[in-house]
Amino acid sequence: MTMTSAPKRAERTAHAHLPRQHGGHRVTRVGPEPRGETDPDRNPPGGRERPRTRTCPGTGTSAATTTTKTLRTMTCTDSQWTMTIASLQLRLHSSSTRGRRRRWSRWRRRSSRSRTRPPPLLSSATLTRWTRDVCTPVWTRCGPCSGTRLPDSVLTQAAVRCDFDPQRALDAVLSGEDAPPPHAQEQPLPQRQQRGRVRESSQAQLETEVLPKVARMTVSGKKQTMGFEVPSNEENGVPSPSVRRAPSPDVVSVTMTPETPSKLLGGADEAPPPATPRPAGSNKNQLNVREELEKRQGGKPLLNLVVIGHVDAGKSTLMGHLLYLLGNVNKRMMHKYEQEAKKAGKASFAFAWVLDETGEERDRGVTMDVGMTKFETNSKVVTLMDAPGHKDFIPNMITGAAQADVAVLVVDASRGEFEAGFEAGGQTREHGLLVRSLGVTQLAVAVNKMDQVNWQQERFQEIVSKLGHFLKQAGFKDSDVSYVPTSGLSGENLTTRSSVPELTSWYKAPCLLEQIDSFRPPQRSLEQPFRLCVSDVFKDQGSGFCVTGKIEAGFIQTGDRVLAMPPNETCTVKGITLHDEPLDWAASGDHVTLSVTGMDIIKINVGCIFCDPKEPIKVCSRFRARILLFNIELPVTQGFPVLLHYQTVSEPATIRKLVSVLHKSSGEVLKKKPKCLTKGQNAVVEIQTQRPVALELYKDYKELGRFMLRYVGSTIAAGVVTEIKDFFLSPAPRLSRS
Amino acid sequence: MKLLHKDIEKDNAGQVTLVPDEAEDMWHTYNLLQVGDSLRASTIRKVQTESSTGSVGSSRVRTTLTLCVETIDFDSQACQLRVKGTNIQENQYVKMGAYHTIELELNRKFTLAKKVWDSVVLDRIEQACDPAQKADVAAVVMQEGLANIVLVTPAMTLLRAKVEVTIPRKRKGSCAQHEKALERFYEAVMQGILRHINFDVVKCVLVGSPGFVKDQFISHLFKEAVRQDNKVLLENRPKFMLVHSSSGHKYSLKEILSDPAVTSRLSDTKAAGEVKALEDFYKMLQHEPDRAFYGLAHVEKASDALAIDILLISDQLFRHQEVATRSRYVRLVDSVRDNGGTVRIFSSLHVSGEQLNQLSGVAAILRFPIAGLSEAEEEDSDSD
Repeated sequence: MTMTSAPKRAERTAHAHLPRQHGGHRVTRVGPEPRGETDPDRNPPGGRERPRTRTCPGTGTSAATTTTKTLRTMTCTDSQWTMTIASLQLRLHSSSTRGRRRRWSRWRRRSSRSRTRPPPLLSSATLTRWTRDVCTPVWTRCGPCSGTRLPDSVLTQAAVRCDFDPQRALDAVLSGEDAPPPHAQEQPLPQRQQRGRVRESSQAQLETEVLPKVARMTVSGKKQTMGFEVPSNEENGVPSPSVRRAPSPDVVSVTMTPETPSKLLGGADEAPPPATPRPAGSNKNQLNVREELEKRQGGKPLLNLVVIGHVDAGKSTLMGHLLYLLGNVNKRMMHKYEQEAKKAGKASFAFAWVLDETGEERDRGVTMDVGMTKFETNSKVVTLMDAPGHKDFIPNMITGAAQADVAVLVVDASRGEFEAGFEAGGQTREHGLLVRSLGVTQLAVAVNKMDQVNWQQERFQEIVSKLGHFLKQAGFKDSDVSYVPTSGLSGENLTTRSSVPELTSWYKAPCLLEQIDSFRPPQRSLEQPFRLCVSDVFKDQGSGFCVTGKIEAGFIQTGDRVLAMPPNETCTVKGITLHDEPLDWAASGDHVTLSVTGMDIIKINVGCIFCDPKEPIKVCSRFRARILLFNIELPVTQGFPVLLHYQTVSEPATIRKLVSVLHKSSGEVLKKKPKCLTKGQNAVVEIQTQRPVALELYKDYKELGRFMLRYVGSTIAAGVVTEIKDFFLSPAPRLSRS
Repeated sequence: MKLLHKDIEKDNAGQVTLVPDEAEDMWHTYNLLQVGDSLRASTIRKVQTESSTGSVGSSRVRTTLTLCVETIDFDSQACQLRVKGTNIQENQYVKMGAYHTIELELNRKFTLAKKVWDSVVLDRIEQACDPAQKADVAAVVMQEGLANIVLVTPAMTLLRAKVEVTIPRKRKGSCAQHEKALERFYEAVMQGILRHINFDVVKCVLVGSPGFVKDQFISHLFKEAVRQDNKVLLENRPKFMLVHSSSGHKYSLKEILSDPAVTSRLSDTKAAGEVKALEDFYKMLQHEPDRAFYGLAHVEKASDALAIDILLISDQLFRHQEVATRSRYVRLVDSVRDNGGTVRIFSSLHVSGEQLNQLSGVAAILRFPIAGLSEAEEEDSDSD
């Protein structure tokens, strides 16, 4: 739509509303013929429908109609207009069946205020009269061309008000047109009317509000029944972005209103909340999530913490001891663990058993899966995830780290051990890079087993300098990394500052717990639609089953319906548990267990994403991404098989195309279609997964747009999703020859 | 496969008679056949007969037909080959030009005639008839909750079963579900092994996994075998071999096959050889990118410069139905061989072959670096 449209429309209006001024009957034609529908008046009554259809302005050839035609394209496409009229007339004529008539009258009642019922059987003359008397006002009010019948002044005013932005001016006029034209335009639509006009699904309602003319166009569209499926693309001249994806500012506000109370909108917006789209618990929607979130847990913000480090650095022991000192593990249990550990000949593992609970983990003395628990500090509630350090369990570690906000990196201070973990092949580096790539920015380094080196300051400094250099390279800010000397086994410097003289002589800084306490809580994205990544699925007592995962965005209440992707199944949330306590609602950042019903457990596996059914996550098997290659042995070519780790999913994938190599810092294209990618390069590639996965673009959701690529047991790249190539809802089986 | 008869003229036209005797031979045959060849084999045809009174009866008749091949279908799971074409030798049941589909059967001879027998097809026959090249290996690639049971033959990797079980994570205070699900998972894998692995044929079962899943599984397997008194498993215990792999997905099979312990035991099967060759290619690409080429245009350039030391080429390319394209590949192979290079024809059914297919299907390691080629050729390779 161009800038010129507003004046043009005004000009057209001058002609167009003439007939109306002349009263309701046979019009003395003054200006150029305003509409096609008056055309048939001149035809002999014998040639009814067909000629009528044909002489509609879309196909008409007179100079006058051509002008109207060009003018009219400003608001709607001509063919649709033609169709509208044609179909109206056809339907009117043939509406002998009751259903049709009912539909027709419903349509009329809804879209206009005309009180006349269309006569059941129409002669040409009545039809003509009816068309003129009834339809014209209808179109005036509800048709996309309604502007044509609005007085000049209204349009001009609107244009002026909207800074001559034709699109907005048009919107203003059209959205205001239900109320008496000149006065009511600035006022928001009264709620009742809105509801009366559209009782479709809330989604549709959303669209009506945003693209008013689209919806109204459809009401009088060729289908004539209700429904909003006429693509809006043609209307706007631009391919209309799907309403949910690229929201214009007003879309956002509309979407948000039902979910976020007025406080979020700054109180400045007096728009009444539109009819509630939430099926259940709508009265609870008034809940102010942000306020509630602050109140919850005694005002302590929630922090997701992952503990990482090389195998046998003492992660589990350190955390187990910390939990014990905090009183989260009672004495009796601890005593039991000690006895059992002693019996098994691994007395030093007793504290690790707090977190390593499976028989296999205890037998082998290695954490295999992420252990999860919580503890409280002075100012925070911490969800603790104890990641496995063994090379083979990095996939598990990634699922843990993907859900974390902050991390504690544990390194072994003893001679040789630190070096083993830090050199190539050790997990210290890989874990460090992984958590950074997964969005963790704050890190505490616990230099563990300091008692074995007699709390030497030199050793501590040596490790700090080596690690500091590496962490800086990895992208951590110096100010966000802190170093704490600890001993997991003896429990020094964990919850209280140490009293060991060797340490206190040179170390005055806070202990580990204080460091954890001083982490800044992350921003929670409450405004975005709900997303939860499933990290565990299990059966519990009662009906349905339970899923565990971190809410990445938005919030959820009991009774909500959620959609699981990629299986594309909906279910109802029956209960929410956070840290084993039942809740009514949970919000972004919480690590919750949802018990759901209405879905088969076998359809859900780890890696599914639960989302808002109205704003589903995209599902695709091919996407484009920007990746940063780590220190890799083999170059990456096209066809390279990789394992894609995305949130809790791990899915085999291949790199289908090497699109370009980018400059590391500026991001400009260095080379298109490279032959291969080597270490340290920044590149754009296309990735194809074996089965569809649910993904979000990095620009939409930072946390949900990140992924890692691994190959033969080592992480080769970190990446962000930039473009989704194909996306579909249900996975289609692919058949290939050979 | 047995070669009964071979009759090839000077101009490379001619015919061969073969008897397939195992499933894999179907795969070889699939690679031999091309549209336009003629195939004679015994088959069953439904024949309609009209008696003098006009009543119509139909019966199934076994007859030998000769077809001009039009469509070739291979089912890699069942290892069945169906060839559709028009009859070119009339007999009492089937008219000239009538369509028929032959499903080739094991242990029944067939005769294949081609206008041109090129070196690649002849090699393929030789390879298929070589009795030494037989080492059937089964592999179980697993991780917690996912297992792939595959059969590795010299020319094929067949996915026999995929076991997927959702295993609940350990949770604070309750590991019962986790352990129960693991048990169920191991049980499912065990059933898969019993059902799909024929221990009379298979000489070795490789069990690969990250972490301790494999050890746990094997101990579970034999504990169960003892409990159920399963003779087959207990007798074949020495055939099981534990190898490390980084994941339970199928492509990790590559890691298992390149494990030194496995290669020594399997005495260089074709599959393992292919994995090795591809790895060499990638290493070369890393260290001397000017000595590792891929993409047909590049490789042909290198071949013109007599630079190719090892040519890696996927057999999928030779199944191309267009004669000109196919002969382009054959020429490439011949020229490399003539110039003292090695040619490795990858089976597209192997994991490494799948990867090579993605990599345009042809790659080469050069004797000496050719610089600048990749730059100049960029425009060309843009097209695909």
